[in-house]
Amino acid sequence: MMMKSHAISVLVNDQPGVLQRVSGLFGRRGFNIESITVGQSEEVGLSRMVIVTQGDDKTLEQIEKQLYKLIDVIKVVNLSSKPMVGRELALIKVKSEPAERPEIMGVVETFRAAVVDIGTNSMIVQVVGDTEKINAMIELLQPYGIRELSRTGVTAMIRGNA
Amino acid sequence: MSAHIPEVQSTEQLREKWMKPEVISGSEILLRSLLLEGVECVFGYPGGAVLYIYDALYGFTDFKHLLTRHEQGAIHAADGYARASGKVGVCIATSGPGATNTVTGIATAFMDSVPLVVITGNVVSSLIGTDAFQEADITGITMPITKHSYLVRNVEDLPRIIHEAFHIANTGRKGPVLIDIPKDVSANKTLFEPGQSIKLRGYNPTVVPNRLQLDKLAAAIQEAERPVIIAGGGVVYSGGHEELFEFVTRTEIPVTTTLLGLGAFPSGNELWMGMPGMHGTYTSNQAIQQADLLINIGARFDDRVTGKLNGFAPLAKIVHIDIDPAEIGKNVKADIPIVGDVKTVLEMLNPLVGRSNKADAWRTKVSQWKQDKPWKYIDSDTELKPQWVIELLNDTTSGEAIVTTDVGQHQMWAAQYYRFNQPRSWITSGGLGTMGFGFPAAIGAQMAYPERLVISINGDGGMQMCAQELAICAINNIPVKIVVINNQVLGMVRQWQELIYENRYSHIDLAGSPDFVKLAEAYGVKGLRASNKEDAKQVWQEALDTPGPVLVEFVVRKEENVYPMVTQGSTIDQMLMGDSE
Repeated sequence: MMMKSHAISVLVNDQPGVLQRVSGLFGRRGFNIESITVGQSEEVGLSRMVIVTQGDDKTLEQIEKQLYKLIDVIKVVNLSSKPMVGRELALIKVKSEPAERPEIMGVVETFRAAVVDIGTNSMIVQVVGDTEKINAMIELLQPYGIRELSRTGVTAMIRGNA
Repeated sequence: MSAHIPEVQSTEQLREKWMKPEVISGSEILLRSLLLEGVECVFGYPGGAVLYIYDALYGFTDFKHLLTRHEQGAIHAADGYARASGKVGVCIATSGPGATNTVTGIATAFMDSVPLVVITGNVVSSLIGTDAFQEADITGITMPITKHSYLVRNVEDLPRIIHEAFHIANTGRKGPVLIDIPKDVSANKTLFEPGQSIKLRGYNPTVVPNRLQLDKLAAAIQEAERPVIIAGGGVVYSGGHEELFEFVTRTEIPVTTTLLGLGAFPSGNELWMGMPGMHGTYTSNQAIQQADLLINIGARFDDRVTGKLNGFAPLAKIVHIDIDPAEIGKNVKADIPIVGDVKTVLEMLNPLVGRSNKADAWRTKVSQWKQDKPWKYIDSDTELKPQWVIELLNDTTSGEAIVTTDVGQHQMWAAQYYRFNQPRSWITSGGLGTMGFGFPAAIGAQMAYPERLVISINGDGGMQMCAQELAICAINNIPVKIVVINNQVLGMVRQWQELIYENRYSHIDLAGSPDFVKLAEAYGVKGLRASNKEDAKQVWQEALDTPGPVLVEFVVRKEENVYPMVTQGSTIDQMLMGDSE
């Protein structure tokens, strides 16, 4: 049994309680949620959730089928089964005395990340990318001292015209 | 014999009156919408948050409303009504405790795919979320046990929501739908415009199966040497029993019917093997374990049927026919998955299939098992045996009654020894195993069929979980024959404690239960008792001859166990045959 991370895109009615229906389903059936993002979709009245979950093929099949049983779920797509773009944004508040700033800026630049706020002894780094890139950024900033970390979770889309 | 409930006028007469566009309150919209959905009977209990709804019900006679004595009684009665009739059962309860009292009943219906529309009141919209008096987040509480739920925010949405709720409840894999109506919504007025079409993008059950899969199944039947059919509740719910009969007649494949499938196939037929699983027949379980082709029609491979999953039907190619795609592959991997409505699937399948010609030796073997190892028990001349009581009920009613049960030993004995020949004549809580279900469910079944004989078989434990509904039997003269199989103990728990927990009988003694005959009489229901065969025959006949409700208590042997039995963790061919061997 191969446990893999999968990104699933779920198109849902923008109704009160819909997030509870979806997350409740994952909870009670023992499906795991690594991250979940929700926002507007291309169509008025519909939202798109992107859920990253772990499981073997059988679990993934059950997740898709169980999601389809929810009346508010319109469409479920397993993004990981196709070439996709997956992106996450992280804000990292890192300790930085003025003397350390240039060094940190150097790291940030290499990652094509950005500094979006500078305080007297900290700054906020914003990084966008796939999960690996963000993990690497965090690892590199760790030695300076991370005060606060906030990640959005992955949102994703299939490449090309599909 | 019919119940003293005012008869409703015909739908045709009233339809015009209800359809009229008028400015009316949410409560009146609710009643009209229910009528337009064809509702003839609702079960309910009033309270603060549904006062407007009950005010609209004042003097209202266009459908029946049965006032139960507990919301749990109301929801189980609605469930029994739905299972007996095939229509949507409707239950009304107030907010907070009224709503939460329906939870067990909603879960019961959800597990057994029974179509219900449950209407709860809620506090006024502006108080929602403030922990107001009798407030409970019932849509949140019931989310895992409803097919769908609604919290109505505007009275304008009510007609659409009710229409959708009935559609969702009674199509696809059926199930309970909850509509939570805040008090202000039931009071507010708007122009009532019925008859919207259903627009649910996220809900489109697959009814018609993939034809290629049917061809594969037809071919597999031709090749099979040891084919077996498991028929489940899906056959009953889809109304596909005649199609199943034709399928079996054409293919001559032996059939086993699950607990919820009893009645889907006539028990007198030579190809019927009984019930599979934990308390199933030797024949069914052996046949499944040795089968080379297992055709599951509308059953969900529940753990009580499969026993130890790893080792279930090890030699079989698995065919799984179900309306719910999520059931296929959930427990048992299907080699030929067929998603569709059972009736539709069988209608399309029947012209494609022929007799399973390679299975003659198998049929001989199965029929030999059936002859050698039927369900049996050792009778007694000194004590009343519960199995004998069920046989008495069966013999005196020619298997024609609607039988409801509670949960436990008596339920299994009823499944084993009552011989069902038609669908919807067997009503039992299979999935959730809800004690207290059987008696109110019988009231619901009787409301659906006032002229039919309805027998409610209970244990002495479960009878005490909804006994208060004796009142509504008496008041409305609902002629249910209430049977209490009294062994003075929680029998199924006792059985497990004896066999698995080494006779450590922990908290199962029900001594001190009320005198059931007097209890019935206290409510104004006739009560009878028997503890030997002669008396049993006599009082049971008296009960059958009595026009109204009767409670009959049969005092039976305490130590009797249900056999055969497959203990948890065993494969289903490892059966304890007990004293039936």
